[in-house]
Amino acid sequence: MTDVIPRADEKTDTPPPKTPAPAKGGAKERWVRRAPLLPALIFAIIVTQVPFLITLYFSTLSWNALRPGSKKFVGFDNYVTVLTDNRLRSALFNTVVLTAGAVIFSMILGLALAVLLDRKFLGRSIVRTMLITPFLIMPVAAALLWKHGLYNPDYGLINGIFGGNTAWATTYPKTAIIATLVWQWTPFMMLILLAGLQSQSNEVLEAARVDGAGAWRIFTQMTLPHLRQYLELGALLGSIYLVNTFDSIYTITQGGPGTATTNLPYEISQTIFSKYEYGEASAAGVVVVILTIIVATFALRVISGLFKVEEGR
Amino acid sequence: MTTIAPPVTGKASTTTKRRITNGFWGVVAWVAGIIFVFPVIWMILTSLKQARDVTTNPPVWFFTPTWDHYQKVFDTNITPFLLNSLMASVFSTLLVVVLATPAAFALSLRPVKKWTDVLFFFISTKMLPVVAAVLPIYLLAVQIGMKDNIWTMVILYTAMNLPLAVWMMRSFLLEVPREVLEAGEVDGAGLVTSIRRIILPMVAPGLAATALICFIFSWNEFFLAVNLTDTNASTAPIFLLGFISGRGPFLADLSAAAVLLSLPVLVAGWVAQNKLVRGLSMGAVK
Repeated sequence: MTDVIPRADEKTDTPPPKTPAPAKGGAKERWVRRAPLLPALIFAIIVTQVPFLITLYFSTLSWNALRPGSKKFVGFDNYVTVLTDNRLRSALFNTVVLTAGAVIFSMILGLALAVLLDRKFLGRSIVRTMLITPFLIMPVAAALLWKHGLYNPDYGLINGIFGGNTAWATTYPKTAIIATLVWQWTPFMMLILLAGLQSQSNEVLEAARVDGAGAWRIFTQMTLPHLRQYLELGALLGSIYLVNTFDSIYTITQGGPGTATTNLPYEISQTIFSKYEYGEASAAGVVVVILTIIVATFALRVISGLFKVEEGR
Repeated sequence: MTTIAPPVTGKASTTTKRRITNGFWGVVAWVAGIIFVFPVIWMILTSLKQARDVTTNPPVWFFTPTWDHYQKVFDTNITPFLLNSLMASVFSTLLVVVLATPAAFALSLRPVKKWTDVLFFFISTKMLPVVAAVLPIYLLAVQIGMKDNIWTMVILYTAMNLPLAVWMMRSFLLEVPREVLEAGEVDGAGLVTSIRRIILPMVAPGLAATALICFIFSWNEFFLAVNLTDTNASTAPIFLLGFISGRGPFLADLSAAAVLLSLPVLVAGWVAQNKLVRGLSMGAVK
């Protein structure tokens, strides 16, 4: 399997071709072009869009699966419940705190590690392999490892090394979740930022060095502005993945203690699979989608920015 | 942190100084790498400990290793879980590749009209939170008798990875140089020939990397697996949950199982690490 590593771009000293102009031709020609696209497109629409439309419909029903015959149209009642309900508001708050905390800290660490890895040193590829390992460990395995192996008050590694008998996962539940997520997601940020650092022109940096600019000045005045779009991309993609965090909450804290770490995905799946409040859960789901769309709009703008840079080369 | 060597002037000493600084940051990088990977090393160590050494405080660092816990994991009912995970991951990956490669072709080398809109439609499906779609999927699966069925998972994982694969394959297809394609046309190669003889061999490494990344995401998926499977179709992550018990040396068995189940993805990820970032950023970053 090692033949994956030689990269296709070794030979592409020439810039990548621009996307050829779209089809003009007749109706038949257009369908010939469309044909390879259709299976994937239809599949994606059926599996991802249709369920969401059904959720939209469910969200207008008063529907608890435990009360037979309760399925009736109530308009926006569920939304009123969802938006005024304390549980959901705290779930929303927790989602924001957990996502933002994990994204910010993994970003800072990822940047530091990317800068370290951007230099040449002995065993660089080994260090890089070690650094991406947390991202590859099965998330549930990672969560269980942190909960029982590291956070446990009696035999966890943290107390084992530093002493004391703190029950980390129950005393500092949010921090415990964030720490686990940061451990898993720092490699992701690091890889994106490393790609950004390596796309920086060496000549320009060398010229700045010759002109007597110090390392710190080069970093703050040249590298950081260059990295800006990579930082944005990392933050936004990270948020999109992390907003859906479920594994670590399900395994480490079960949303507790109380509702200290109950985020929206956990709360909604509890509403569906333990309380059977289908109507309410659907309305909450729709609210999450709207919030995601807001974040995603920014994400798409950043991605299409990078995309234009790529096309223009 | 130690102090860096005092600044020295002179030409010969500049290189020495630079070498020392580089060496220093190299050591820092090594330390950071070891700290990051340490929980994993700890997991491996735990999985090899004698039962009595597992739950000690302070932790035991030197012990006679034992394979007992791995033996125990294999003695449990691990096979169906592994088979389910393998089926869900392999079949969904195949389906993704079969659907995404032609689609990526129609969005790059021979683009349809409005190809940007289509690309952004695909990526937006990736951003849709699963939790907002899980109820209709669950109810439908129950109704048509497809709940707790591995093929349901195959379909869902395909949908989950499709946007990523389309974007990634598109970025690889765009790297096929125009000139090569044109030269093929001049030589009279038809569309089918040029796909088979020119394009596919050139994007093969990219195709492999895309498949590996899709495999990783399916293998690790938890939310859908825990909510849509019970006994027949449970995958590897669910198997791990079964190891949690109140007290004692369950941790060693759990670690052994976690090591075993993480292994396929670790290997896939290490192999694909040069392309990992492109997959994760949907092809936006090379």
